[in-house]
Amino acid sequence: MCGAKAGGPDASTIKPGETTIQGQVTKDGEPVVGYVRLLDSTGEFTAEVPTSATGQFRFYAAEGTWTLRALVPGASADRTVVAEQGGLAEVAIAV
Amino acid sequence: MSRRSEVLVDADWVQDNLDNPAIAIVEVDEDTSAYEKNHIKNAIRIDWTKDLQDPVRRDFVDQEGFEKLLSAKGIANDTLVILYGGNNNWFASYAYWYFKLYGHENVKLLDGGRKKWELDARELVSEVPERTETSYQAKPQNKAIRAFRDDVVAAIGTQNLVDVRSPDEFSGKLLAPAHLPQEQSQRPGHVPTARNIPWSKNANDDGTFKSDDALKELYADEQVDLAKDTIAYCRIGERSALTWFVLHELLGVENVKNYDGSWTEYGSLVGVPIELGANK
Repeated sequence: MCGAKAGGPDASTIKPGETTIQGQVTKDGEPVVGYVRLLDSTGEFTAEVPTSATGQFRFYAAEGTWTLRALVPGASADRTVVAEQGGLAEVAIAV
Repeated sequence: MSRRSEVLVDADWVQDNLDNPAIAIVEVDEDTSAYEKNHIKNAIRIDWTKDLQDPVRRDFVDQEGFEKLLSAKGIANDTLVILYGGNNNWFASYAYWYFKLYGHENVKLLDGGRKKWELDARELVSEVPERTETSYQAKPQNKAIRAFRDDVVAAIGTQNLVDVRSPDEFSGKLLAPAHLPQEQSQRPGHVPTARNIPWSKNANDDGTFKSDDALKELYADEQVDLAKDTIAYCRIGERSALTWFVLHELLGVENVKNYDGSWTEYGSLVGVPIELGANK
């Protein structure tokens, strides 16, 4: 979307103290709308969110190693992320 | 023979029937405002919080209330209702079970729901269709598919209890899914002897249901003897409606009930047994 900020949602809107995983899904360098699934370290489904109109997503999670799976029309991509207690893990997903 | 064609339609079928006046396409979402943004062409909305719940007591609208709702929505007794929604059809499955509860047999789910439709890059519109009011006649509730708290207590150790919540809710670590408010029940945990088979294991990434063989294998691997009566539950009965759909509608298992009181009721009852910890 023209003029949209690159990257994940505005970090100032994160709930204080929450372990946060967020980012943006892009395709050919442009934000793309779809879904992001959060899978635990054994690959089991934990949560899913639709992205915003600018491809952004956010999960509040426990610390640990997670897999993010982005699903958009015609494509999908996985990214591994390590979340630290109370920290912010920012993940860019190009599909 | 698979029962799929009797209870499910795919996106191509809906695409071919968007303008068919004999069907009503109905969106039911956890996020009740999703419909306002856009929806499948000619789809109407049912709001699970306003339309399906008694405004005062914790219970469903009564038979007369359901008749009023469907009449106002322009759904007749012989209308084929196609339900779909977000969140992998959680609330569409809940509405499906609810329609069956009041005896509407002519109802099917769109396999994959809104997510599959969007991932297929199919058209969504903002126009809200007009449907002519009907005089819908509902049946009394079919209690054979609805479990109440006493049924659940009586089922401990004798029937299959399938807890479809996430492992962290089952073990007692969380009271609700990670992205929802952590409130409502007084105590965490699960009903003793319940097996934890999260709803998500029934579905593929795109929200469509797994094959009958994969589903049968899932429940066999989790030591659920489908020859026995079964009660499925979750937090408020919507994710377990999806599991009810899988067992009762897709696999044709008899005597499967959905416990809509679910953990928000059971986890607040005085004196009932509760178990903590992961699936054994």
